Amino acid sequence: MPRPTTVDSTTMNHPVNPGRRGLLLRAAAGTAASIAAPVMAESLADVPPREVGEGVGPVSERSRFVHLERVTEQSPGVLNVDPSLAINSKTPIDRLVGTITPSDMHYERSHAGSPSLDPAKHRLLIHGMTKKALVLTLPELQAMPSISRLYFVECSGNGWENWKNADPNRTVQETHGMLSMHEWTGVPLSRIVDLVGADPNSTWMLAEGGDAAGVARSIPLTDEILADAMIAFGQNGEALRPAHGFPMRLLVPGMEGNLSIKWLRRLKFGDRPFMTRWETDRYTQLLPSGKARQFQLYQEVNSVITSPSGRMQIQPGYNRITGLAWSGRGKIAKVEVSTDGGRRWRVARLNPPVLYKAQVRFDLDWDWDGRPTKIVSRSTDDKGYVQPSRAEFTARMGTNALFHYNAQQTWAIASSGEVINVLA
Amino acid sequence: MSSRKGCVMLLLAFLPAWATPASDDPPRFGRVPTAAEIALWDIDVRPDGTGLPHGRGTVAHGLEVYTTNCVFCHGEGGQGGIKDRLAGGVGTLATSKPIKTVGSYWPYATTLYDYIRRAMPYQAPGSLSDDDYYALSAYLLHINGLLPADGALDQDSLPKVQMPNRNGFVPEPEFRHITNARQKAAKKH
Repeated sequence: MPRPTTVDSTTMNHPVNPGRRGLLLRAAAGTAASIAAPVMAESLADVPPREVGEGVGPVSERSRFVHLERVTEQSPGVLNVDPSLAINSKTPIDRLVGTITPSDMHYERSHAGSPSLDPAKHRLLIHGMTKKALVLTLPELQAMPSISRLYFVECSGNGWENWKNADPNRTVQETHGMLSMHEWTGVPLSRIVDLVGADPNSTWMLAEGGDAAGVARSIPLTDEILADAMIAFGQNGEALRPAHGFPMRLLVPGMEGNLSIKWLRRLKFGDRPFMTRWETDRYTQLLPSGKARQFQLYQEVNSVITSPSGRMQIQPGYNRITGLAWSGRGKIAKVEVSTDGGRRWRVARLNPPVLYKAQVRFDLDWDWDGRPTKIVSRSTDDKGYVQPSRAEFTARMGTNALFHYNAQQTWAIASSGEVINVLA
Repeated sequence: MSSRKGCVMLLLAFLPAWATPASDDPPRFGRVPTAAEIALWDIDVRPDGTGLPHGRGTVAHGLEVYTTNCVFCHGEGGQGGIKDRLAGGVGTLATSKPIKTVGSYWPYATTLYDYIRRAMPYQAPGSLSDDDYYALSAYLLHINGLLPADGALDQDSLPKVQMPNRNGFVPEPEFRHITNARQKAAKKH
């Protein structure tokens, strides 16, 4: 079920040049039927007369000319599947601007669907190595002092399309769309820890969801996690959506998304990892030796050019290169872009504010001479971590690890202007 | 009603009032649950066997439970289904096509019990009896060559099963020994 080919007349993240209309039309490759390009206004006289618009309703919808949709995935590379088969759904980062993800476009990963939980019956149990156990309701959580913070959330599987080979038909939504950023509102975990009087010798906490799979992860209680994590009940100014954990979820910024347990219903304090299925069988990284890295929790420094990117079409001349950079270790310090396959690098502009564990948009002016080339970005964070090249990355991790792929993403540009996903 | 729920109901009926956790300091937020309530939800099973319920199940019965509840997704003998492969794959982890299964990859048999009791069968997780989950665990270990056909499992024998890939995991150095300021402050006092 291929996604219909779309022509974004908004071209919001694309340079609009009246002399070269439709600069970055989405390629029709891979789709049976293509939608005719819109009829452009040649002269101001062709612009339709002003009209009285729709009434002012309770909800505003997107423009009928803007098409935003997530892409569903069943397993690495098996895309655009029926929702009943999908395990995740990816954010259209090629068609978003700025850094905040619209709530309905946040990527989604669930292990047994997205339950619709009644807050009147939802409870959070907190127990284990604590002075007292506690049961909290949503209104009780909302009554506590809360904070709001901008944090990216990323699935540890983001980038898994390109572990072994690069499908030339992939868009950046498909290769890197398990990445989103919201403003999250909730109660700091440290407050909950104090509230129940967690034993200071408790160094790990089990977080468990109220989904059918009862997804559960052991959270190491480092100072950083105690300072950053929250029990969130809000996203982008409204209550969590069911897909993102309504009525409450854990949010562990900078760490693999799976730690941020959705539909949170139990926290249990202990003194060692609980060794759930998700931290043994699932989210562990198999190395060439056959051993697996376990508790590789940080989403390491990363970046990707979102425009021009896979399956876009560019023209010679001016092109604005833009993309996103992020690091689970802290703030992005620098993004560099190469337009000659990694030989020479230029420092890209970062759009402020550059925030802790938040994605940042970068851009760079580029005049394309029309010759085939490769464009690639690499980011550096404020802890000094540098995004590795594909060669450096696979030398360290091999190609079996499946999770935590943060190698530099290269897009090849053919003489036709077609932008193609390649390994390096 | 599952046998687990039944047990807890009995507990609830016979718990004296003092068994409810006391709190000198009534919480400003939330309420203190009873021990019996906590037991209803306290389902995690740890590698040392903590959290395993009383119960027992045989490989033979496990095949019956598997045939009724699991074979549709996971295939005959844990292979060839539409969902995760459960058997075989030993010796493939260091190859270009690793096959991760219960037998080739999972480090703890206790995790198997924890996982299938909390998450399976997919359409009705936790709906089988504790004994049935022991039987299923026994069957899954059997098809991986880790229990004989006439084998059985209970809360004592399950944690003793040595999984082939028990030592196949290397925890990240930064999360091997967790220390934090709360711990250090408590030590000072």
